Parts: sequence; structure tokens; C-alpha cells
Amino acid sequence: MTPATQPRAEARSWGQRLVILIPYLWLIAFFLVPFLIVFKISLSQYATAQPPYLPQLDITGGFETLREFVSELSFAGYARLVSDSLYLSSYGRSLAIALASTAMLLVLGFPIAYGMARAPRQWQGVLFMLIVLPFWTSFLIRVYAWMTILQRDGLLNQALLALGIVDTPPVWISTDIAIFIGIVYTYLPFMVLPIYATLERMDESLFEAAADLGCPRWKAFWLVTVPLALPGIIAGSLLCFIPIVGEFVIPDLLGGSGAMMIGQTLWLEFFGNRDWPAASAVAVVLLALLIVPLVLYQHVQARRLERGD
Amino acid sequence: MRRGLSVFNVTSIALGLAFLYLPILILVIYSFNASRLVTVWGGWSTRWYVSLLGNEAMLEAAWISLRIAFLTACAATVLGTLAALALVRAGRFRGRLLFSGLVYAPLVMPEVITGLALLLLFVAIEIERGFWTVTIAHTTLTMCFVTVIVQARLLGFDRSLEEAAMDLGCPPLRTFITVTLPLIAPAIAAGWVLAFMLSLDDLVVANFVTGPGATTLPIRIYSEVRLGVKPEINAICTIIIGVVAAGIIVASLLTKFAGAKPAPIGGQI
Repeated sequence: MTPATQPRAEARSWGQRLVILIPYLWLIAFFLVPFLIVFKISLSQYATAQPPYLPQLDITGGFETLREFVSELSFAGYARLVSDSLYLSSYGRSLAIALASTAMLLVLGFPIAYGMARAPRQWQGVLFMLIVLPFWTSFLIRVYAWMTILQRDGLLNQALLALGIVDTPPVWISTDIAIFIGIVYTYLPFMVLPIYATLERMDESLFEAAADLGCPRWKAFWLVTVPLALPGIIAGSLLCFIPIVGEFVIPDLLGGSGAMMIGQTLWLEFFGNRDWPAASAVAVVLLALLIVPLVLYQHVQARRLERGD
Repeated sequence: MRRGLSVFNVTSIALGLAFLYLPILILVIYSFNASRLVTVWGGWSTRWYVSLLGNEAMLEAAWISLRIAFLTACAATVLGTLAALALVRAGRFRGRLLFSGLVYAPLVMPEVITGLALLLLFVAIEIERGFWTVTIAHTTLTMCFVTVIVQARLLGFDRSLEEAAMDLGCPPLRTFITVTLPLIAPAIAAGWVLAFMLSLDDLVVANFVTGPGATTLPIRIYSEVRLGVKPEINAICTIIIGVVAAGIIVASLLTKFAGAKPAPIGGQI
């Protein structure tokens, strides 16, 4: 956009202001403010799922009430997060599972995206659709589909027994392997699509040039193709990593009843124990852990959009 | 990118697609299984679809979900399109950084956090939880997907058409309605369809913010699935897959019809 077409702030008409104001106010009211409330309640004292929480802030009371409010804030929720090993191990487990599955997704997703980008142009639209289609098919249904397959007498074990690969049916459901299968399955399109979008626009002559100058193909791939695909790789990895850390449905339906991921802990704290301040504290710490990837994602996303990937 | 597929490329695509589609295919096939046991094949039958018709709780939940999805899609399309216009056309304005942050964050924010935050808001303002709170929550979640799609379209088209209309004395609002809107209409329509389907699909956020009498379809399915795999669930899932597939194909045809790159549907997100 050239400076000449850019309306200056003072010169905006009411119509233009409304275009900004309406969605802005909506997002502030229903996205930003709720997070502030979570933060506030995380500092409240436990009162069985029933507001009002103590302390309450009366803004009309001036500085004196504010000081009183601050002195009554409770860090009990956070103290429990540190003292109870359940929470720490949940966070650790979530981060470890998210890291490992993002790595798996990258290893599996990159060759698919690469193949798609090299396909003849007339096929690309179809291939793109084929990858997008399951991505929009209900998340819950896709996880459910694996419940049938991974059951003890499910299709996977039936196939393994029929092929003579195993003698006794191994246990799949309620294991970490089932969680990884579920995650890789549901998040694969999130990894493939951004990488494909970057590879598709890539200038192949750079790779050719490196190869012509005597660089071995694998080395040219590492030194030219991969660095050029980096924006897509970063976007895809963040797009997978961030939501996987907070994943609830997959570990709940496919995982065991033992160790929990942090999304399950939050869910249990909220719906099971009805301890809202504790659930809020879990959410605030989770958000704090994710703030760096979130900011990075926003930065990458804004740049990709401007470049028109 | 130079075209030309090696054996490795073809294998990766084929294995990838098989991995993505086999489980769904199995689920669809087993919804036509005559046997009560989900893992034993007992011949073809449509009995689970018939018994679904008698499952009033499931039908009721489906009806609630469809109504919520419709309202969500309409509201999210208006808000999302406005947000896209603000991001692309408004240039610099105070708080732009926060605004774009608020637009992109819901795309990746873990659902448990968003759900909890919205519920605590609804409790704080003492609004009765149910149909409308789910609709508001879904609107907030899905409007950002609409924004990303419309934004890509706005960035991709020739502004000289608008400038020509303005130079000829057309007022801004009329220029928007007669020139801009028709050009971005396919992206808006695609955004509507996607908002509709995301709302239809959401379990976690809806479970937090819903109240008595507003059990959505995913919540209903989830509560049954937790008790184990049932052929009737396969049947309802097959119906949903069919509806979603039809919606996606319509949305992508709309995008293609207008000559846009297919990328906005998924590549941006």
C-alpha cells in the first residue's frame, strides 16, 4: 500500500472507524477480557465452583480498596502447581509429547509436501484438496476412527495376526503409542500445507545451480531447498506444537488412565474437582509456557500473509 | 518448483494419502456393518441408520448444533470480513499490533484455555449458559478463520478497479458494495462454510460454555464414545463426514470459480 492511499487517522470517516471498531471490540470482549478474568481467578481462593470468588475488586473504592484487594490475593493455586508433582509431570509430559510428535510430523510431512510441490501442475489442485479434506473432517470423528482400529480385537491386530507378524495381539489402545498415532494422524495436514505452500513457490533453478556447480544432490537439498522451505517448516511446526501441548481429546480417548497431559489435568480440575482457581492457575502457566511460540507464530503468520504464500 | 516425480515422491504421497483416508474409510464401511460388534464383520446393513432415527437425544443434539453453526457462520462471516478489511485496508491505526495478535491467537490457542476463559467471562457477567453462550464462543473462534481467508483474497486482487470507481466519483460505501464485495464474495462464502463446519465440529469449547438444554452433537457423541465404540456412532459419523465433504467441495469450487488460488482454504492456516 502506498502512503498516498493510506488514510490518516484523523481523516477516517465513521464507516472506516466502524470497520476497525466492531471486530476489535468483539475480540477484546470475548478473547482478551476472558484471559484477564482467568488471570484474576487464578489468584482467588478456592470456593467450590461458586462465584463470587474472594477477594472481590470494587473499583469505586479507590486506592485503599485496591490495596486491600492485593493483600487478599491468594497464590495458593500456584503454590500447589509447584508443590504437587502431578502438575509438574503433566506439564513435562505435554511438552515432551508435543516436541516428539512435532518432530515425527515434520519427518512424515515434509516428503509429502515435497512430493506434492513436484507433482505436475494439473494434479496439484486435486492433491491439495485431498490433503485439506480430512483436515476439515471432524476432529472427534478422526480420533474415534482410531479407537476402533486400535482396540484389542481391532483391525490392526486382526491384520497383524493374519499376516503372522505377531502371535499374541499387542496392546495399542491406552498406550502412548496410541496417543502419538492419534496426534500424527489429526495434525498431519497442519504440517503438510504450510510446507507445501513455501515449496510450491520456490525457485528450483537455485537447486539446479548448486547441482550444476558440482554440489551433490543431497547436499544441495540440505543447503538450498531446506533453508528456503524454512518459513513453511517453522509455521507448520508451530501450528502443530502449540495446540498439541494443550491437547485434550486425543489423550483422553486414546491414552491410558495413568499419566495425564496438561489439558486433561485442567479439564479434571475444572469439571471433576470443581476447583476453578486451580484450573485457572494451570491455564495461566500453560499460556506462559506457550507465549514465546505464540508470538513467533503470529510474526511468521503475518509475514507469510504479506508475501502471499 | 520443477515438476517431475521420483519414485520416492510418489510413494510418500501415496502412503500419506492412504494413512489419511484408510481410517475414515474403515469407519464408513463399518457403519454399514450388520453385526453389533464393531470389530466383527457381519454383512452389509443399514440398521444403525434406522436405529439412529429413533435416537431422539442424538437428533435433538444434531438440530441444536446445526442452528448454532448457522448463526455462528453468519456472525463470524460479518465480523471476520470486517477484521480482514481493517487489517488490509485501514493502514496504520492505534492498537494494530494487539488487533492482529487477537486475530491470529485463536487459530492456535489450545481449546481448553479458550473454553475456560470464555466460561469464566460468562460466569462473571452472569449470563445464562446455553445456546447463546456457545454461539458467541464459536463466533469468536471461527471469525479468525474467516479473516485469514478474506485477507488473502483482499491482498491478491487489483486495487485499480476500486480506484477507478472512486476517481469517477463513486462514494466509498457504494464502491465497496458494487466493486469490492463482488470481488471478495467467493472468499466470504468459503469463510462462511468453514465457520459453519468448525462450529459443528467443536467439542472442547462447547463443553465448557454450554448449559442445560444445549447439548451439541459433538458433546453427545463424546459422552457415548467414552463408554466405548458403538455401530450407531459410526453411522452418525458417516453422515457428518458426508455433509462436511460436500461443504468443502462447494467451498473450494466457490474459491476456484472466482479464480483464486486454492491456498486460502488451508495453506494460510
